[in-house]
Amino acid sequence: MKKKVLLMGKSGSGKTSMRSIIFANYIARDTRRLGATIDVEHSHVRFLGNLVLNLWDCGGQEAFMENYFASQRDNIFRNVEVLIYVFDVESRELEKDMHYYQSCLEAILQNSPEAKVFCLIHKMDLVTEDQREIIFKEREADLKRLSLPLECTCFRTSIWDETLYRAWSSIVYMLIPNVKELENSLQQFANIVDADEVLLFERATFLVISHCQRRHHRDVHRFEKVSNIIKQFKLSCSKLAAQFQSMEVRNSAFAAYIDMFTSNTYVMVCMSDPQIPSEVTLINIRNARKHFEKLEKVSSSAPIGHR
Amino acid sequence: MSYQDEEEGGAFDGHASSFPKDFGYGAFDGEHDVNLSASGEQKPRILLMGLRRSGKSSIQKVVFHKMSPNETLFLESTNKIVKDDINNSSFVQFQIWDFPGQIDFFDSSFDSDMIFGGCGALVFVIDAQDDYMEALNKLNLTVTKAYKVNPNIKFEVFIHKVDGLGDDFKMESQRDIHQRATDDLADSGYDQIHLSFHLTSIYDHSIFEAFSKVVQKLIPQLPALENLLNILNTNSAIEKSFLFDVVSKIYIATDSTPVDMQSYELCCDMIDVVIDVSWIYGHVFSVKEEQDPAAFDEQSSSLIKLNNGTVLYLREVNKFLALVCILREDNFDHKGIIDYNFLCFREAIQQVFELRNKCQGNPLTNSAGSPIVNGNNIIGERHLSPTLTDEIGSK
Repeated sequence: MKKKVLLMGKSGSGKTSMRSIIFANYIARDTRRLGATIDVEHSHVRFLGNLVLNLWDCGGQEAFMENYFASQRDNIFRNVEVLIYVFDVESRELEKDMHYYQSCLEAILQNSPEAKVFCLIHKMDLVTEDQREIIFKEREADLKRLSLPLECTCFRTSIWDETLYRAWSSIVYMLIPNVKELENSLQQFANIVDADEVLLFERATFLVISHCQRRHHRDVHRFEKVSNIIKQFKLSCSKLAAQFQSMEVRNSAFAAYIDMFTSNTYVMVCMSDPQIPSEVTLINIRNARKHFEKLEKVSSSAPIGHR
Repeated sequence: MSYQDEEEGGAFDGHASSFPKDFGYGAFDGEHDVNLSASGEQKPRILLMGLRRSGKSSIQKVVFHKMSPNETLFLESTNKIVKDDINNSSFVQFQIWDFPGQIDFFDSSFDSDMIFGGCGALVFVIDAQDDYMEALNKLNLTVTKAYKVNPNIKFEVFIHKVDGLGDDFKMESQRDIHQRATDDLADSGYDQIHLSFHLTSIYDHSIFEAFSKVVQKLIPQLPALENLLNILNTNSAIEKSFLFDVVSKIYIATDSTPVDMQSYELCCDMIDVVIDVSWIYGHVFSVKEEQDPAAFDEQSSSLIKLNNGTVLYLREVNKFLALVCILREDNFDHKGIIDYNFLCFREAIQQVFELRNKCQGNPLTNSAGSPIVNGNNIIGERHLSPTLTDEIGSK
């Protein structure tokens, strides 16, 4: 099942860097080596087994942009499931950025009116911390206004922290076929093992694709933080030509287990009862695997166009 | 010139990650209060010196204050001596003094006796990406001046900012700097001074590794700790173990097998994961907004299995230290034995601490220099029982 995802934005805004970090295991520092993207770079990213993200990383230089709206218009903007538009927060040409953005929206409205639109205000690390929320809110308001009648979801991101994972998790979440079923199953699982929280990650990118929460937790950004933490560790392990299989972290207040789950996912189970021995939880996870494997098979054989 | 004490995590807030801004060493235990004021003067000092913009403050922030290397771009020039108290384990209580790069030794307000007198190690930072001739001159000046005041100082040279350089260039620079520095010292007539050189960068683990070596030289009980680790390893079929200071990721001791940088880095990364995850989930899931307890507590432990049969095992040793072991998965079947051995090990470490504390309170024994002889420390009069002193007095 292929889903077409357009990644657009001005030249140098960070599209290829983002893509490399999320899908190609680059660490943030490595992205310095990336050059300008010429025309459109297609990549097919396998996600969750049978879901293939057809990523169109469109070069942002003006010549290309003009081309997209003229001769290549139908080719590019047809059958789009998701449009991700990247804005560089430090851009000095706000008006021009908005102009291109609007052209994209027009093309989308004509060719793929059902597409979901995401706007990423990127490179937020270059803004001092106390200004970040203010600036983001401003931009978000403008973009929402400009995007009408289409709806857009905005995120502020940076490759240097966990905000990147938050945005992409939300984007990918929209593309998962049977996400509701997955969440119901997770809820059942969490109830049975008496977990405070259960997270499901996609194996390669460690984006959170589903979660179930049984107890209130203060930190609303914890999912993307955990994604970031584990992804970084995964990358360190790969330096040794090894992969991590499972992880257990505990102290007197909690125990967290991260383990391979189905062929495409990892699961994280958080328990706050330290009395429960780890073996019990690990056995439970093992037993739940079969059920979730079945779910995955069902989702991958769902007919195209079914959401 | 004025002196400024800096609070932990004070002016710089640069954390973009989940790590809270005020994470650092907690308040020191009350039991040591009595000793602190007396031994305050005896705390070994590590001085960070070097030319302007060589990277001294960045090093200090990254290693001891968990600052992300990218955030150091926003650090301002240091214009006063910044004294930073690192309350590490009861072993190494040291202060890091971060000097402004443009310090002038011949300025009358520079009290070299006071500064170099209590110093345990002097770290001179040289920017490898820049022309280092001036740095070498300064190095010579600094080292000779310090040696005159205190011949016991350990001199370490950090050839810094090597992240951008190729391996050949690094080797060449190190060789060149080593050659020139020792030649300069010989020319000045100080060929008995020994300099240690380290290639470092804040963008990878080399700075932590280098600091680990610096700190280890200031721990007189190092052989005892190494011995304990060796015994633990042999009896638990552990391949490699490190005793880490959790906040700074410096290892204060390891067993006698050679240290492989990759293993060290893996262990550092493991500590990062454990601390980060513990900070997110480690307090009671509640709505209470009170100050949360430390993420790293007495029951902190972690187990990571890799797909190549390696297992990483972390256990808390005390408030500041964690033991990180690398072993094979097959050997991990005997987890019960390993856990039991670990408890014995932890007990032993605590005993070494206690001896150390008793030692520190005594003015006759210099905390930086007292060896442990046959397991007993050299005890001065104060520690002998009253009856014994009477007997001695009456003889």
